[in-house]
Amino acid sequence: MASRKKRAAKISEDSEEEQSRRQRLQAILLADSFATKLLPLTLERPNVLLPLVNVPMIDYTLAWLESAGIEEVFVFCSMQVIDYLNNSDWYSHKDFTVKTIESPQNSTSAGDALRYIYEQQIETSQIQGDFVLVNGCIVSNMPLTQLIQEHRDRKKKDEKAIMTMVIRQSLITDHQLFIAVNPLTKQLLYYDEDNICFDKSLLDRNPSVLLCSDMQDCYIDICSLEVLSLFVDNFDYQHMRCDFVEGVLADDIIGYKIFTHEISSCYASRIENFRSYDMVSKDIIQRRTFPYVPDMKFSGNRTLKLERQGIYKASDATQLPSAHVGASYVIGHATNIGSGTKILNSVIGNGCSIGSNVVIQGSYIWNNVTVEDGCEIRNAIVCDEVKVCAGAIVKPGVVLSFKVVVGRDFVVPAYSQVSLLRQPMEEDSDEENLLSGVDLQMESKLGLDGAGYIWRQACEDEWKHSVPPIPKDKLAEIIKAIDDDDTDDESVVTTSGDANTSINNDLFDFEREVDGTFLRAVEENIVADLAVLEINSLRLSYNMESAHCAGAIFYSMMKLAVSTPHSSINDLYRNASSIITRWKGLLGFYVKKSDEQIEVISRLEEMCEESAHELGTLFAHILRYMYEEENDLLQEVAILRWSDEKAGADESDKVYLKQCEPFITWLKETSDDEDG
Amino acid sequence: MPDVQSTVVEFVNKLRKRKIEGSQATAKYTVELLRSVISHQRVPHANQAAALIDAVKAVGEQLIAANPVELAVGNVVRRVLHIIREEDLSLTTAAMGGLDLLDASDDDDVDNCKGIGFPAMSAAVVAAAARSTLRPPSLQTLLEGTPESATVPYTSSSGADSESKTADKSSLTRKLKHDVIEGVNQLIQEIAGCHEQIAEQAIEHIHQNEVILTLGSSRTVLEFLCAAKEKKRSFRVFVAEGAPRYQGHLLAKELVARGLQTTVITDSAVFAMISRVNMVIIGAHAVMANGGVIGPVGVNMAALAAQKHAVPFVVLAGSHKLCPLYPHNPEVLLNELRSPSELLDFGEFSDCLDFGAGSGSLQVVNPTFDYVPPNLVSLFITDTGGHNPSYMYRLIADYYSADDLVM
Repeated sequence: MASRKKRAAKISEDSEEEQSRRQRLQAILLADSFATKLLPLTLERPNVLLPLVNVPMIDYTLAWLESAGIEEVFVFCSMQVIDYLNNSDWYSHKDFTVKTIESPQNSTSAGDALRYIYEQQIETSQIQGDFVLVNGCIVSNMPLTQLIQEHRDRKKKDEKAIMTMVIRQSLITDHQLFIAVNPLTKQLLYYDEDNICFDKSLLDRNPSVLLCSDMQDCYIDICSLEVLSLFVDNFDYQHMRCDFVEGVLADDIIGYKIFTHEISSCYASRIENFRSYDMVSKDIIQRRTFPYVPDMKFSGNRTLKLERQGIYKASDATQLPSAHVGASYVIGHATNIGSGTKILNSVIGNGCSIGSNVVIQGSYIWNNVTVEDGCEIRNAIVCDEVKVCAGAIVKPGVVLSFKVVVGRDFVVPAYSQVSLLRQPMEEDSDEENLLSGVDLQMESKLGLDGAGYIWRQACEDEWKHSVPPIPKDKLAEIIKAIDDDDTDDESVVTTSGDANTSINNDLFDFEREVDGTFLRAVEENIVADLAVLEINSLRLSYNMESAHCAGAIFYSMMKLAVSTPHSSINDLYRNASSIITRWKGLLGFYVKKSDEQIEVISRLEEMCEESAHELGTLFAHILRYMYEEENDLLQEVAILRWSDEKAGADESDKVYLKQCEPFITWLKETSDDEDG
Repeated sequence: MPDVQSTVVEFVNKLRKRKIEGSQATAKYTVELLRSVISHQRVPHANQAAALIDAVKAVGEQLIAANPVELAVGNVVRRVLHIIREEDLSLTTAAMGGLDLLDASDDDDVDNCKGIGFPAMSAAVVAAAARSTLRPPSLQTLLEGTPESATVPYTSSSGADSESKTADKSSLTRKLKHDVIEGVNQLIQEIAGCHEQIAEQAIEHIHQNEVILTLGSSRTVLEFLCAAKEKKRSFRVFVAEGAPRYQGHLLAKELVARGLQTTVITDSAVFAMISRVNMVIIGAHAVMANGGVIGPVGVNMAALAAQKHAVPFVVLAGSHKLCPLYPHNPEVLLNELRSPSELLDFGEFSDCLDFGAGSGSLQVVNPTFDYVPPNLVSLFITDTGGHNPSYMYRLIADYYSADDLVM
């Protein structure tokens, strides 16, 4: 910003404006696969080089950036991508320069990448101003120049507007994203990927808030240079969204603002997992990404010819007349298809040979794949040079990574991921071990002459992220969950009266946490003051009153007393009193007011009710102990107020009141005496 | 040459990404590009014409492949090739000895007649001059080869002619290139001026108090209507909006800005309104050799409605839109399917668009063009005047040589 001011001082307003107009339009493309959603494929090939309808994804992104008016793009990528770009014709374009930045070994996230770019930026200052940050493999056809201009104009008016984020409407079942936007200024107010829970002050500060749960983030951002320096300042930022965006929104000290831009008629989508891979492929076949469709030459790709019913076919592909091919299907160059084969809704790459009587449905077959006679492949991704031997069946959701061989008549179970590489274990990240190839024991896993390991599934909900359509029952579950969520949301957002359930939940969580903290304090024998600090931080994070803390701590203390082994009621009393003595500093911190003391008494009452035959008999004793021995942990005012309150209650509620009646009368008498 | 190559690549890229739209703009860029290709092409001593033809063909093939739907590219490339061939022929015949020209060229096909008629002149210039002076052109004058305008060039050139026999090859080379570039310049002017040429004829076709229907947006139609308005004709225009791109809205806006009485209707209301219409005027994307028209989607419907009510259906087309190919040629890609988001925003109906989801899937087809068969067209108005659809092949034979039809 300093340089900006200096410049402004040097030259007049007009020429600065001109300069910004002449400024090259630049983009940063983060083409490194930081996500693990596309494993096991990304172990062998970076995700931007995976083919999407027979064209590497990076070509879609670069072609789009070029035609959107970007003049210079910095591709942050691994060596493999650089090799690919060197062999492509992307360097030969006249008004579009591609520069690669090789990602250093230690970068594991978008945050690291941007910090690295910033370091380089200090030396070379290659990024001159606002830039487009493209995060991963994006397929789009949206124009950018106007959007960048809008961003610049806004930035000129408001120095704090550092980023414009592109969003679009989308399916609800697809993902979970909640955003809140100011409908007039389009400022982003809230962003969360899994649940919705925002500060009420948000509503106070903004007269109108548009809350959407049907938006999809396109991961296309127009950023000012401040974004890079923010990443450097906050060196713990890892992800663009859950760290950076949420960080900026939460931090109202610097007051940076993020704006949104919603697109409707143009297309933008990001490939994050197998499911979005499937969706985007279908969008491409349906020509939503026009002009980046298989029958147009937009990069080094060879064009296919569009025939009826959305069938794209290469001129040199051969297909026997008895083969049945259905709608929406792409077949690549030099591919052969045998007789009696049925293919529906699928993409077949270049140089494949498909035998006869094969069924392929909803699948993605990449290049040079051999499928022998009588196989069945449904909703699967089959990578380069895979061989599926005769009679094998590939169930829905399967991913067959590079060069895997599926043995004769073998059935690959649904949702399994098969790779020649072993699954990296969490405990040992030993790279050599990974690349050790095939061993005999594993071969049997894929049938007689198969080769490859079936990976263990990491998460339960793989159906959510893989190619086949979501099963009906799961879909019903999701919809139900969303409905439930909706009712929850209403209760949180609208009236505080209905919010009891959620507060109760909070209280329950809080008490559990306090209990845990207390037990740990006892185990590790921590000083009471430190325990106070811990409980205080809990109290702040749950936004609880000190009465709740007192109640919770006392509850934990009594629970500990009851759970310590004891032979008689007297033993129990001794336990309880010693615990109270030991931790009076902790409890005392929270029971300074009579309200809090009453809370403690009623908690004691509750607990006594729960275990009437043990603790119940001790109610009066414990009360008295806390009054007399322990320096007025409970004060008589509180005890008397409690008894007054209880006096009007039902008979059944008065059990403990009666038990300590003598104590209370004595208290009353002494206080009367003092008054007198 | 390298800078020419890079401009070629750049233009090819733009065509591929559909960044240049509209046949006039495309034609203009193409012809300018070809001119610089020719002027940068080094010509060998022998067989210069072949070298030029090869160079133009090589570039032309790239351009045509980049956007096969935009027929104007192919048309312009073929026009340039034709110019080269004609210039070459006129030069060689001139060099062979001027006087026995007519005898020697008897077996040449009809196209070349006019070129040989005025040997020393640049053939294309003469042809263009003939075309402009001969409006409405008559087949007879061309066939008989006795044009009235022959008096214009003859006098000055006959002397120089005999000497050119002895002139050395290099000057001949330079002359060929020079003549070709001159011819191409002529073509550029023709393309740039086609709107005015067509608009000049507006007054003959639009009469007082008529109602004109048009569909979609076309610059030619806009100029045509405005020209009639400037001549104090008062008439009304119905504009069918041209879904899904709604370019008719833009046209209507322009028309109103220029003071015409304009009404916008939906495409589906065309049939309802046609009985009140005196003439349908549309701009073509391309005119095929059989007289069929490729125009914005919905045009065929309008043409059928016009036929039903015996309303004249008039097509405006600059000469660069005349395509020497026939529409039933499977190699000619006539249509382009654009993004379905022009019809349906993403998000609407997205649940049924996800066709993997088992239950039936919604397909959206968004074609750009429509084909109108020649029998539905009443009149073509090109920059050389009005023509019958059945006369189109004849015009095309004037502009293109048969050798170039297959690239």
